[in-house]
Amino acid sequence: MNGFPLNYVTSEGTKAAAILPLTKGVTAISLAVILIVAALILAAIFRRRAVGGPHDLVQGTTPLHWIYIGTGVTVAILLGVLVWTMATVAAVVQPKDEPALSLDITGHQWWWEVRYLDQDHPSNIFNTANEIHIPVGKPIRINLHAADVIHSFWVPALSGKTDMIPGQVNTIWLQADRPGAYRGQCTEYCGKQHAHMGFTVIADEDQKFEAWRVAQVQGKTPQEDDPSAIADGRQAFKTHCGACHTVRGTAAGGIVGPDLTHVMSRSTIAAGTLPNAPGWFAGWIADPQHIKPGAKMPVLDISGPELHAVTTYLATLN
Amino acid sequence: MQSQDRLTALPPLVAPSPELAARLQALWETAPGLRGFFMSVDHKEIGIRYIVTAFAFLILGGCEALLMRLQLAGPNMRLLTPEQYDELFTMHGISMIFLYAMPVLSGFSNYLWPLLFGARDMAFPRVNALSYWTFLFAGLFIYAAFIMGVAPNAGWFNYVPYTGKAANPGINIDFYALGMIFLGISTTVGSINFVVTLMRTRAPGMSINRMPVMVWGTLTASLANILVVPSVSLAFLMLWLDRNFGTHFFTVGDGGQPVLWQHLFWMFGHPWVYAIVLPAMGFVSDGLPIFCRRPLVGYTLVALSTVATMALGFGVWVHHMFATGISDVALSFFSGASLVITVPSAIAVFCWIATIWAGRPIATAAFHFYAGMIALFVIGGVSGFMTASVPVDWQLTDTYFVVAHIHYVLIGINVFPVIGAFYTWFPKMSGRMLDERLGKWNFWLMFIGFNLGFFPMHISGLLGMPRRIYTYSPDMGWSTLNLITTLGSFLFAIGVLLFIVNVVVSLRRGAVAGPNPWDAGTLEWATSSPPPPYNFTVIPEVGSRHPLWEDRLGDAGASSVARGFAFDEGRETLGTSMLDSEPDSVLRMPGDSWLPFLLGLATTFVFIGMLIHVWWLAGMALIACAVVLIFWLQPDSLPPLIPIEEASHV
Repeated sequence: MNGFPLNYVTSEGTKAAAILPLTKGVTAISLAVILIVAALILAAIFRRRAVGGPHDLVQGTTPLHWIYIGTGVTVAILLGVLVWTMATVAAVVQPKDEPALSLDITGHQWWWEVRYLDQDHPSNIFNTANEIHIPVGKPIRINLHAADVIHSFWVPALSGKTDMIPGQVNTIWLQADRPGAYRGQCTEYCGKQHAHMGFTVIADEDQKFEAWRVAQVQGKTPQEDDPSAIADGRQAFKTHCGACHTVRGTAAGGIVGPDLTHVMSRSTIAAGTLPNAPGWFAGWIADPQHIKPGAKMPVLDISGPELHAVTTYLATLN
Repeated sequence: MQSQDRLTALPPLVAPSPELAARLQALWETAPGLRGFFMSVDHKEIGIRYIVTAFAFLILGGCEALLMRLQLAGPNMRLLTPEQYDELFTMHGISMIFLYAMPVLSGFSNYLWPLLFGARDMAFPRVNALSYWTFLFAGLFIYAAFIMGVAPNAGWFNYVPYTGKAANPGINIDFYALGMIFLGISTTVGSINFVVTLMRTRAPGMSINRMPVMVWGTLTASLANILVVPSVSLAFLMLWLDRNFGTHFFTVGDGGQPVLWQHLFWMFGHPWVYAIVLPAMGFVSDGLPIFCRRPLVGYTLVALSTVATMALGFGVWVHHMFATGISDVALSFFSGASLVITVPSAIAVFCWIATIWAGRPIATAAFHFYAGMIALFVIGGVSGFMTASVPVDWQLTDTYFVVAHIHYVLIGINVFPVIGAFYTWFPKMSGRMLDERLGKWNFWLMFIGFNLGFFPMHISGLLGMPRRIYTYSPDMGWSTLNLITTLGSFLFAIGVLLFIVNVVVSLRRGAVAGPNPWDAGTLEWATSSPPPPYNFTVIPEVGSRHPLWEDRLGDAGASSVARGFAFDEGRETLGTSMLDSEPDSVLRMPGDSWLPFLLGLATTFVFIGMLIHVWWLAGMALIACAVVLIFWLQPDSLPPLIPIEEASHV
């Protein structure tokens, strides 16, 4: 099902895998019911019967016992499904092991803020956006927040949906069983760009994840030997972008938009909307309102050379 | 009714005569021309207006849907801007759920109830007119926002905080909030009227176990509305206060709670879904026997399951909120309740199939629609059963699977039976038959178009397509399915268009129907088509569920339709007791009146004043409402009859 990144008829994670048999089971029951009833309707209409005049009425006793039997079977199936449902809920409410990692994820109109927590080492805490890296085979705890309106967090291959509601924290867990990139999407209508509010969960083997984490913790302190093109770009970024975006270690410290410290390590930009490639990136900065009409990022008053300098600088943020 | 007087003794049973008919015509006829249009309190006139107005909103909502389907026909289309798409899907939901689905059923019930009951009008004819005018004005109020380019834009479910002032500063949501409170007045007074009409105006002898099933449907829907509409009106009032006066019912950080909105909305919203299908299921329960040439199998089971559905329907609202982080114990309860509510629906389906099985079906257009409805009901039902299972719902919810589900429910269980009801009762309303051949084309286009358009939505849903997105990327794998859905929805629309053509053509050229073209068994078929303003020249006595079939069902003479009570000394109808329908009083009915229209108009200005913060306008309009009500509540000038303590019984 590679051509369908948001499908939930396959699973790649412990929680989704626990739910999938129930989904398939109730789907099978439903299809069977549709076929049986359709057959009954057709049989009832087309069965052979004695002809009668247009004004004749059918008399005689009513065949109620079949209705009682049908109702009894229905009730038995429903009770079975209810028990199965409860057992599945119980199985997925808590992970078997203590979570290896805790994240705060905050839904914004229309992007995802991801904060990696570390209770014992506060210096390991860092922010990123729209791309969530996790170690494979381990349960991850996620605290869901919302900054403005209600959003809903969904990675169908790994887990069902949980809403992100302002003023309340919903804590969930998920676990990827195989390395891979899993598409996520906001599923609670949250305004004009609800359609373009995607993200990716990337599950890696321990070592690879750890290397990524260590790299992400680092800031991007300006270096003495930076070529002038990059220094100019940094300056232009500070002027045009720094009020909303952060690049840790520099003067750009805005918190309205995504943290861009390691933006080049991500595969997409604008919350899963565009591939992260130079041409797309320049186009996005030049006119975000064309690509995501209504997005909070304004059309900047930025000259061609400045735009070039900014993209040159951004290309170094890996 | 304006007043009621105890019956001193039952008047004699008389046979209809031209003289009696002429006297009644003079008493009951609505004034001609434009004056009569504004003053009419005739339930038939009001019922038809309800149906026509609701259908106009259905067409508007349908056009909105077709525009959305064009935008979604391919990936990354730019036919509509996100704002336009958001306003369209919101207006589509509001139009279909609030301005079409319930009002069209109210229209049929308004038209048919007094005829089914052998009565001369609804219990409160002027309240009936008021409920129509407030429905019309509330609908126009909400559509005014659309015309002014500031339509509600947050979905019909209108979740806060997206609808709060901070995230949604325009006047859009204020239009919706006030419009819904306004519409709530119409629904509430209409529902009270139905309940009292049922309790007081049924023909003598029509005990509750002899009522047509659609009466059970509208009764339970009306009781539900009386209980749950206050919840949504309150929620919208609180939201309006939050937005305009800085209260903090829903605003986070000030002690407000966004989830409170969801509870108040769905406590209303879910029972409402049952309220807009149960009367339509009643059409099927009453329509199938006509075309299967036998009484309904399991009348008592169907009637009880109607009531049971509604009772359980109050306890399932949280299944719209399984993903909000509610405790597992609550999830289990609401999951269980949502599964159990399937049982009464299953019983109804079994009884319908048994009626066809044990009957001798005649393949009229109406029968096509009823039989088709059973199939669509089952598909919509099982997809509902799937979402009732909590973990499955965590995946299904807010995807196109649920869009498929809601349309199988609302189109399958509301639109199909309603069109079936048109084919059945249009001859009664107009005196002319709808064309049967066009009717079958009409059915197959709608049935194939609907399934072609909406069944693939289940699959789009399983492939992860979220609801309420204005576009999607070609990488998601939904392009082909969406194109099929768009084609199917246009085919469905052509089917609906064909229905409208059939109505327009048949109104002029349809075969003349006569009183009982289907040889049906219930009371409405005992009077002429269309019925005279007074419905029945004599008020019949009822002794079975099918007064017109008694001679052929071995029950001859149980009812008396040919002879009945005259009640020709004024606008009067017979008042009967609640359960057994024993005559106990004469109900005096009001005549033509400007008051309902004026009260509706004054109320409109109250809401306009509130919307634009012109308080003197709202205040003056409120005073005008009070003045109209003073005239309305003036005791009538008829000389009272002498009350006698003991009512005599049939």
